[in-house]
Amino acid sequence: MAALEHLAGGVGASPLPRAAAWPWRTALPAPLRRLLLALALPAAIVALWQWAAVRGWVPPQILPAPALVWDTFLELARGGELLEGFLISLQRIGSGLALGGPLGLALGIWLGVSARARSHLEPTLRALFAVPTLGWIPILILIFGIDEALKVIVIAKAVMVPVVLSTSRGIRNIPLAYLEAARVLRLRPWTRLTRLTLPACLPTVFSGFRLGLSHAFIALIVVEMLAATEGIGYMMVWGRKLFQLDIVIVGIVVVGVAGCVLDLLLRRLERGLSRWAPGHG
Amino acid sequence: MAEARIPPGAWLPLAIGAAWLLLIDTGAVAHPLMVPLHEVLAAPFVDEQGRQIWSAAASSLVRVALGFLIGASLGIAVGVAVGLSRPAQLAVAPTVHGLRQVALFAWIPLLTAWFGNGDLVKIVFISISTFFPVFLNTEQGVRGIAPAYREVAAIVRLGPWLRLRRLVLPAILPAVLTGVELALLTAWIGTVGSEYAIGTGRGIGAYLATARDVFRMDLVLIGVLVMALGGYGLSRVAQLLFLRLIPWRTR
Repeated sequence: MAALEHLAGGVGASPLPRAAAWPWRTALPAPLRRLLLALALPAAIVALWQWAAVRGWVPPQILPAPALVWDTFLELARGGELLEGFLISLQRIGSGLALGGPLGLALGIWLGVSARARSHLEPTLRALFAVPTLGWIPILILIFGIDEALKVIVIAKAVMVPVVLSTSRGIRNIPLAYLEAARVLRLRPWTRLTRLTLPACLPTVFSGFRLGLSHAFIALIVVEMLAATEGIGYMMVWGRKLFQLDIVIVGIVVVGVAGCVLDLLLRRLERGLSRWAPGHG
Repeated sequence: MAEARIPPGAWLPLAIGAAWLLLIDTGAVAHPLMVPLHEVLAAPFVDEQGRQIWSAAASSLVRVALGFLIGASLGIAVGVAVGLSRPAQLAVAPTVHGLRQVALFAWIPLLTAWFGNGDLVKIVFISISTFFPVFLNTEQGVRGIAPAYREVAAIVRLGPWLRLRRLVLPAILPAVLTGVELALLTAWIGTVGSEYAIGTGRGIGAYLATARDVFRMDLVLIGVLVMALGGYGLSRVAQLLFLRLIPWRTR
């Protein structure tokens, strides 16, 4: 979203002569104009969708009308299914984060601090990390079945990988001058960790967590679709089985909106954090 | 000089391999999920079901190539078109960014309802997973063309076609390649993922799904290994493209 705002800012600053070609450019305030343009395409898509449904171009089993999808959404929201599925999914992400986050952080710090750990462990870890989450799912299903443990482990793995990589990188990229200052001051290991290492690598670590959470969200949907009996991902598979595409479309929209909100929140947090961090570096 | 030193990074895999051989291959630990190492490694050659991995890998590779070509061409074409026109950028970019937030796999139920369970739906899904990274990077590349170049092109009055060939395409090449590198990976995951989720037909994903259903850990491990090797191979392809097409860019 930040990139979009930036882009929009750049457009506002564009040379004036082109305004002649767009008379309404000057008639409306810039943010409103941008909003209208941004909404034009989705509106057109929905209009076409509605038109197709009204004219009966495609059978409703293949493409349910927008109104039906909206009704289904309201029904699922009122009946509590949506909220229930959402809470279960949220709980899974929470457990995965609680397991994968600290583990990744510990491993990342170890790899960042000790050259020995790095030379011995890193090649193996890199090879393991190169296997996408999707590849782990069949192995883990054989070991753990399709219980809750499977989902938590898959999500924890998705969180852990970026956290390990960015934590160890963040620690290794601490400016040499700081390390020398710490040596001159003869900081004890613990003081050094809490006063230098952790604050200095915090922004990198956080961006690792941000990436990890967005990976976790994707892993959640995948694992719920492949092996679950509840949750948002399962709701979509279930709707597909019944050939009730209205439920599937509601699921897609919910997943998309949740993804957007998550992305936005994490970016805000990161921006706030990076503003705060340099003063402590 | 003759003495071959074991690199420190090799100790852990060697230790795991040795433990595996000692504990499981000798029969000290017996469990249906603990398959002997030599059986896993021999599976693609001797086992009848295991040998299917070769044809599965071949059909996955054909699929990823086809889907990637479609998705990448669309991504570059739409990216250039949208990047060149500011109103189009403002109108299309937010929608695409919004759509991208939908986790890719969430499209599968809808797509299977529309396109069935055959090859068509997989190709469509791979194209979609390729399209997003290529489109986003291409569009960014077009936006990043230095205004001075645009002005020169306007002053020498290059026609639209020449402008595209002489200015836009060379200027966006690095950005497009970055998108391609990312897209090769997402396309590969999309390929195996769609095969795995749909479960029918040939391909590494379907191979994995079958092996999982019949509880053959050795075949699952081979499938995952081939999948990882495929991903590695594709990232090598991307690196080769970088070296070939933009050798001046050190990475």
